Amino acid sequence: MGTMSEDPIDIARRFIEALPHSRALGMQLVSFGNGRVEMTMPYDARFVGDPATGVMHGGAVSALMDTASGAAVMSHPVGPVSTATLDLRVDYFRPATPGQTITARAECYHTTRTVAFVRVTATDEDATRPVAAATGAFTLDLPKGAKG
Amino acid sequence: MRERPEPVQVVKQRRDAALMQLWSGVPYIQYLGIRFDRRGDELTAILPFDEKLIGNPMLPALHGGAIAAFLEVVAIIELSWVTLWEEMEAGRLDPAAIAANPPRLPKTIDFTVDYLRSGLPRDAYARARVNRSGRRYASVHVEAWQDNRARLFAQATGHFLMPEG
Repeated sequence: MGTMSEDPIDIARRFIEALPHSRALGMQLVSFGNGRVEMTMPYDARFVGDPATGVMHGGAVSALMDTASGAAVMSHPVGPVSTATLDLRVDYFRPATPGQTITARAECYHTTRTVAFVRVTATDEDATRPVAAATGAFTLDLPKGAKG
Repeated sequence: MRERPEPVQVVKQRRDAALMQLWSGVPYIQYLGIRFDRRGDELTAILPFDEKLIGNPMLPALHGGAIAAFLEVVAIIELSWVTLWEEMEAGRLDPAAIAANPPRLPKTIDFTVDYLRSGLPRDAYARARVNRSGRRYASVHVEAWQDNRARLFAQATGHFLMPEG
C-alpha cells in the first residue's frame, strides 16, 4: 500500500534514522538525493566534550559528518548497494555554540567503480562560519552488472 | 642517604586519582562508556560494546562515527596524561589541586581516521602514542583493535592545540 510510490527521501530517512548510533545521537535527515545530503543533530548535554564551556565533543560532530557522508554516497545516481568509510579527515575550525543544532551538508563529488569521494561541512546556527569540515573516501558497491 | 620510597598504594592511588580527574567529568566519554586501564604510565582505553554504538545493523558493525569519537577521546586523554604525568612525578602537582581545578584538555585541530576492517559487535581497545608534543602543537597516533592486538580495525592521527599556561 503506497510503497511503490513512496518518496525516496522517506525510505532513506527510515533507513538512516533507524541506525542505532545515528538514532542515539538524535540525527535527522533533512534532504537526500543526487549525491547530496543534509542532516541535523540537536544539542544534547550528554554529548558535551568540555564541561567548562558546555561545547559538544568533536567526536559527536564527526559522527554526524560521517553519517551524512555515507548517506551522500548512497544518494548518488550510480545507485550504490552499500558503502563503508575508508578514511575521513576532519578539520575543526571553532567550537560549536552550546545549545545550537549542528547541520552537516555532504556531497559525493566523484565516484569510480569502487570508490566514492565525499566532502562535508558542519555548521551551527551561524551558517556563515563553519564549525568543521571533512573529506573522506568511501567504498562503493554497485549492483551486479552496473557500470561505474 | 636515599629517601625511603612511598608505599605502593599511595603512589597508585595518586596516579589513579589524577587519571580519573582527566576524563570522568567529560559527559561524552561517560555517554560512550569509555574506561581507561593503567599500567604504570601506559594507558589502554576500553570501549565496551553497546547496542547504541552500532551503525550497520545488517552486518552488524560499529558505527564509523563512534569509532572516530573513541579514537579522538583516547588521543586527547593520552596527550593530557603524558603532560600530567611529568608534573605529577616531579612532585609539582597534587591530585587534590587537580580535583579543585581540572586541567583544560587539548583542542583538536584535525583528525584523520583509517578504517581498516569493520568493527565487530564486541569490546574495542585503543592505545595512543604522542609522536611530538611542543609548547603549542602536538601530534598523536592512535591504534584500535578488538580480539587481536596485531589486527588493528582502525587507526588515526591527529594534531592538537595545547591548553594555554
